[in-house]
Amino acid sequence: MLEFIVLVLSIAFFFYTLLGGADFGAGIIELFTGNKSIRPIYKAIAPVWEVNHMWLILAIVIIFNGFPPIFAQMSVSLHIPLFIILMGIVLRGTAFTFRHYDTHVDGTHVYYHWIFRISSLLTAVFLGVTLGAMMYGRIDNDPNSTFYLQFIAPWFNYFCFSVGIFVALIFAYIASIFILGEAIEAKQVRFYGILAKRFSISMIIVGSVVLTLAYLYEVPFLSLALSAPISWAAFTGATILLPLIWRGINKNQLQLIRVFVALQIGLIMLGWAAAQIPILIHMKDGNHLTLYNSVAPDATLYYLTIALVVGSLSIFPSIYYLFRVVKFKSE
Amino acid sequence: MDVLTAARLQMAFSLGFHIIFSCIGMTIPFFMAYAEWKWLKTDNTVYKDLTKAWAKGIAIFFAVGAVSGTMLSFELGLLWPEFMKHAGGIFGMPFSWEGTAFFIEAIALGVFLYGWDKVPKWTHWFSGVVVGVSGLASGVLVVAANSWMNSPSGFDFIDGEYVNIDPLAAMFNDAWFSQALHMSLAAFVATGFAVAGLHGFYLLKNKDNEFHKAAFKIALTFGAVAAILIPISGDHSAKDIAVRQPAKLAAMEAHYHTEKGAPLIIGGIPNSETKTVDYAIRIPYALSFLAHGDFNAEVIGLDQIPDDEEPPVIVVHFAFQIMVGIGSLLAFISLIYFFLSWRKKELIYHPLFLKVITLCIPLGYIALEAGWTVTEVGRQPWIIYKVMRTADAVTPMPGIQYSFYITLFVYSFLSVVLIWLMKRQISAIHKDYPILTNKEN
Ligand code: HDD
Ligand code: HEM
Ligand code: HEM
Repeated sequence: MLEFIVLVLSIAFFFYTLLGGADFGAGIIELFTGNKSIRPIYKAIAPVWEVNHMWLILAIVIIFNGFPPIFAQMSVSLHIPLFIILMGIVLRGTAFTFRHYDTHVDGTHVYYHWIFRISSLLTAVFLGVTLGAMMYGRIDNDPNSTFYLQFIAPWFNYFCFSVGIFVALIFAYIASIFILGEAIEAKQVRFYGILAKRFSISMIIVGSVVLTLAYLYEVPFLSLALSAPISWAAFTGATILLPLIWRGINKNQLQLIRVFVALQIGLIMLGWAAAQIPILIHMKDGNHLTLYNSVAPDATLYYLTIALVVGSLSIFPSIYYLFRVVKFKSE
Repeated sequence: MDVLTAARLQMAFSLGFHIIFSCIGMTIPFFMAYAEWKWLKTDNTVYKDLTKAWAKGIAIFFAVGAVSGTMLSFELGLLWPEFMKHAGGIFGMPFSWEGTAFFIEAIALGVFLYGWDKVPKWTHWFSGVVVGVSGLASGVLVVAANSWMNSPSGFDFIDGEYVNIDPLAAMFNDAWFSQALHMSLAAFVATGFAVAGLHGFYLLKNKDNEFHKAAFKIALTFGAVAAILIPISGDHSAKDIAVRQPAKLAAMEAHYHTEKGAPLIIGGIPNSETKTVDYAIRIPYALSFLAHGDFNAEVIGLDQIPDDEEPPVIVVHFAFQIMVGIGSLLAFISLIYFFLSWRKKELIYHPLFLKVITLCIPLGYIALEAGWTVTEVGRQPWIIYKVMRTADAVTPMPGIQYSFYITLFVYSFLSVVLIWLMKRQISAIHKDYPILTNKEN
């Protein structure tokens, strides 16, 4: 049961990274390229954006039902970044919808544009910061330590922010590939192709910064990753895919590269998980929160499993149906 | 402001905001599906326009419902980590089913909004029904989680440990049915009257408009049926509470002294110094009858509740009076509406009746918020009734005031923008659909 629940949790995170990531990334691209990206972005993400965010809800519910201490710990130590993420989600979601369903376009849309773009970037960065803090190992439960040590230090540092920027770049990269698949005009294909390449180069640079900082700050993740062969293999695989994706962009194989990128993101996440799991939160005092020591009782897992099985049986076919209705028939 | 007060206010405010959108999400899909069904049956395009207009309107509300709901799922932990640490594994099951319901709802909504002319007509209609059913299901499920806080079950609390956990028993706790039923009806009352009032308002300006007539009738019929049923279900809830949460009932009724043949107190100002209610109307024996179905039954008063377990009487009492007052008024108006539809059809669109319904626009929502105030404030000082105190559940993080102010500001700002957008939406609909203009002009 535990294995199944972890599997569904991973699937939820994977899809959230991919689809939700495309959504955040779209905002980031708009931030850097301006109004000309609005139309292609609508075409690519508007019909499915609400479903994209369901993956986050699913993940949160699995965590607070199946692993309550993890949810509680994150809520306390990472209160501030999580609150920023929430405000970002609220503002960007509403700004996007407000302008999308508005009856006509006028000067007011400037505000929606900027709220959508800035909060997309901010949310993506802080999602990464939160992830970084789970790896960083400075989360502290000592009620006698200072406010700074309890609520700021675990996430406010170079390492966590480098992870944040890395995540934002991944999202922007996914979005550019996603939009590329929808683009029809040759000019657009060239534009988003160059963008995708730039983002992937930046990912490599920032990725190396993350690793360097991990080394400098003695983040436990690094040594764990070095001793896990699966991590090695997965990260290598993800790197090898990069030239293939570039070639695909040059050769206009736009559907193929979508598959490659999904695979690549999957490999990066696998590499991360293989190093980190079963530890989910590294604590300062060494009493890490793992899948095993924070799992809910068997009865809870049993009913959670039933809910997830029934859910998957009904959700996956319907998602497929929705994608078919909105994506393929409109061509 | 201390952390506990700020956290309670932030929770109350976020929930009070979300509930408005979730009620819209739970009910309007049924109005739409009914209108579309009429269109498919009669081929009258007024109904098609109506379906489209409603669908366009609610797409925006759905987004706000989704983001404010996401916010809530996190706030449960951000504000009440100690509660979630222990309760998550017990009362989390309905939330995991709710996840499925949301997914299905969002998917079906996608098909409904983007599938016009792409899927067969009846499939399209069916996707609307699915949106409604799964919206209602999510409401029922999340209320099951709330009712567990009022009537905790499915675990044993031994030496501070939560053992023998049974999520199924936790979900189907004693308060589940009465709360879920009452809540679902309330959603229909609130939205039905609000939507009918809005269309009634346009009918006042434009009395032969077929579009608004059709909309008015559909919305009001849904609202009125629910408004007649809700006092019955409310009475059922009250009888439940009398047994399970006597402190809440005593606070609702401002019933200070335990007695047999207790009177029902209407209105008045509870005075916690003298333990009396000033300026109130008293109906002898009525409370005993309403609470226990027996004019001479004993009703437990606040004197039997330890001081540190007493809910804030004034807030709960006023909120309860507001809910019941509005509930009785709307039920009465609904009876008139059915009488008119049966005997004097033309009077349904009489300006006086339209004005009355227009004035009802906010009432259902006020009753809804008041009802939640009764349930939630009436449970205080407990977050899990008789098991965990709200004060022990709150986050150790200082400075929650600031997150409360930010939340308050962002939600108020969104509400203003939303109202403004809706006005734009409505005036555009009047331009887009020629059918909306009078036949004469
Ligand atoms: C349109 C809204 C509306 C209307 C007209 C009424 N209610 Fe209500 N009431 C609610 C909306 C609501 C609610 C907001 O939906 C609550 C809060 C929690 C719940 O389950 O329903 C509620 C709770 C609630 C409770 C507390 C339940 C609990 O704590 O478990 C009682 C005793 C009543 N109601 C009784 C009544 C009576 C006797 C009404 C008769 C006229 C009435 N309500 C009309
Ligand atoms: C949407 C309708 C709801 C409204 C308007 C509402 C309203 C409120 C209010 C006014 C409070 C503050 C009470 C006080 O501290 O004096 C509160 C507290 C709270 N509510 Fe609700 N509530 C709703 C539904 C729910 C649901 C479905 C849940 C849970 C699953 C829930 C969980 C809580 C929690 C955890 C608190 C804080 C602890 C406490 O004060 O007891 N509420 N709510
Ligand atoms: C602690 C309390 C609550 C939490 C954590 C919560 C969570 C959520 C979440 C995550 C969503 C977004 C899903 C979507 O996009 O459809 C949502 C929407 C919704 N919620 Fe809540 N909710 C709470 C209280 C309530 C209550 C009290 C009701 C109703 C009685 C309710 C009914 C709904 C409905 C019907 C929707 C879908 C409607 C829409 O999307 O506009 N929720 N909620």
